[in-house]
Amino acid sequence: MNMVSEPNVKTEAAPALVVDNVSHSFGETLALNDVSLEVPRGAFVVLLGLNGAGKSTLFALITRLYDNVTGEIRILGHDVRRNASAALQRLGVVFQGRTLDIDLSLKQNLLYHCALHGISGREARARSKSALEFVQLADRANEKVRNLSGGQARRVEIARSLLHRPALLLLDEPTVGLDIDSRESAVRIVRSLVAKERLGVLWATHLFDEVELTDLVVVLHKGRVLFSGAVTEFLEKTGTKTVSDAFRALTGITDTELAA
Amino acid sequence: MSVGSATEADDSLQPAGQEAGHGWGVDPPPLGPLAYFTCLKGIVWREILRYLHQRERFLSALVRPLVWLFIFAAGFRQTLGISIIPPYQTYILYEVFITPGLIGMIQLFNAMQSSLSMVYDRETGAMRTLLVSPFPRSYLLLSKLVAGVSVSLLQVYVYLLVAYFWEIEPPLYGYLTVLPALILSGLMLGSMALFMSSIIRQLENFAGVMNFVIFPMFFASSALYPLWRIKESSVLLYQICLINPFTHAVELIRFALYGQVDWTSLAVVLVFTAAFLGGAIYAYNPSKGLIARRGGPGGS
Repeated sequence: MNMVSEPNVKTEAAPALVVDNVSHSFGETLALNDVSLEVPRGAFVVLLGLNGAGKSTLFALITRLYDNVTGEIRILGHDVRRNASAALQRLGVVFQGRTLDIDLSLKQNLLYHCALHGISGREARARSKSALEFVQLADRANEKVRNLSGGQARRVEIARSLLHRPALLLLDEPTVGLDIDSRESAVRIVRSLVAKERLGVLWATHLFDEVELTDLVVVLHKGRVLFSGAVTEFLEKTGTKTVSDAFRALTGITDTELAA
Repeated sequence: MSVGSATEADDSLQPAGQEAGHGWGVDPPPLGPLAYFTCLKGIVWREILRYLHQRERFLSALVRPLVWLFIFAAGFRQTLGISIIPPYQTYILYEVFITPGLIGMIQLFNAMQSSLSMVYDRETGAMRTLLVSPFPRSYLLLSKLVAGVSVSLLQVYVYLLVAYFWEIEPPLYGYLTVLPALILSGLMLGSMALFMSSIIRQLENFAGVMNFVIFPMFFASSALYPLWRIKESSVLLYQICLINPFTHAVELIRFALYGQVDWTSLAVVLVFTAAFLGGAIYAYNPSKGLIARRGGPGGS
């Protein structure tokens, strides 16, 4: 496995994301306990976990906000610690919070992101244009982000995360606070790229209805991975019919805790 | 979002998606010098755009030093006689004397404001979008600094333009020779603010910054009065002024405005810039820095 993290080795065969025995703690609290998971290319992986399960910590480690202290994280074969630049070039992120500049136009926001990836000039403008077309907002390119609805802003953020053609897309609770239509269109946009461009997606959520039967699912609970595999397998293993029942059976939490 | 556009999405996703698909599956090229330059340019461009959009910030950055110039300096002019000290070759108006100090103040405020905006960015997550860029983190921070300095240059030159009509007329070449000094002092104050923003959470409170950073730095310096005057009244204060890096930023600007170099100040400014910058880069380093220990920007 070490061989593929060399920059010049063909990365075609490597999974979009490999997290290998990663633990991380803040002082005394162990936020992640020996977490391993994999996102193959062209797979939609749902990371299920309640608030405080360690999802945000895991995302912070993958995006190299802070270093993983133990274990390894590789994006398309590139180790995020030893080869951060190559790894981050292949990574797209949609953060939980709003991260667009609201006083700048949609286009200006996208061009800024292109620059952060070293893409300039005509290429940057062409990519920004087609990305906005892709999320159905081309006609509002010159408007300020301030004027967008929550769902539209989220679509711009998805468009932005795709500008540099990543192999792995991370989304941290991307549909929180969106209405049903916006949720649906966000999910559909991302899923279409999984099929077409072999994009590997890690979709963190606690909304069980976003899981489809063909997906892979990783259950993160109190910093540990309790399950990792196909959704069908997940249901079979727990002897349940729905993902939410399976989640409850596995984690042993009650409905009241879930609601909280 | 309307229901209509949500249902339409399915039909037109295909063709638009193909266009967006340009470059998919191709391994990105390694980042060359041109890419580095693009990144720097993008960060500076965003900062300037954001600045120009914040009209109040634009105005207050200009009004603040002008109030000092038009009112404070006019009132003070009679009480404080300035003898001929280098770099000045004749008796000068008090307004002329405090101009480098006010320029320093513009840069100090701007540095504090951009570091505050970084705290704000950290909270909103805009900082995270910057930090997932594939360029080295130290380069990103440096670019961010350069962006802040660019905004301050804009402010300084607008101030100098207005001041010109108020009889503050340094030699024409002075406008050019002051530029490197401005860049240096801007970098020093910017990296100081950046370092502070990474270690002090309470920096969100601008009143606190005014009281504990801006005012002491500004008043205990050679911005408003020549150092020999301070020495006459208090030797201790004189010594404090001497070790205050802001004094040296002001003196560097003062001499550069007349095409001269104050070597001591240059050395002090360089040393402080390196120290603050090193501290800031360390603080933002993902493995050693303070972000990791504290749970990160916006981390809950």
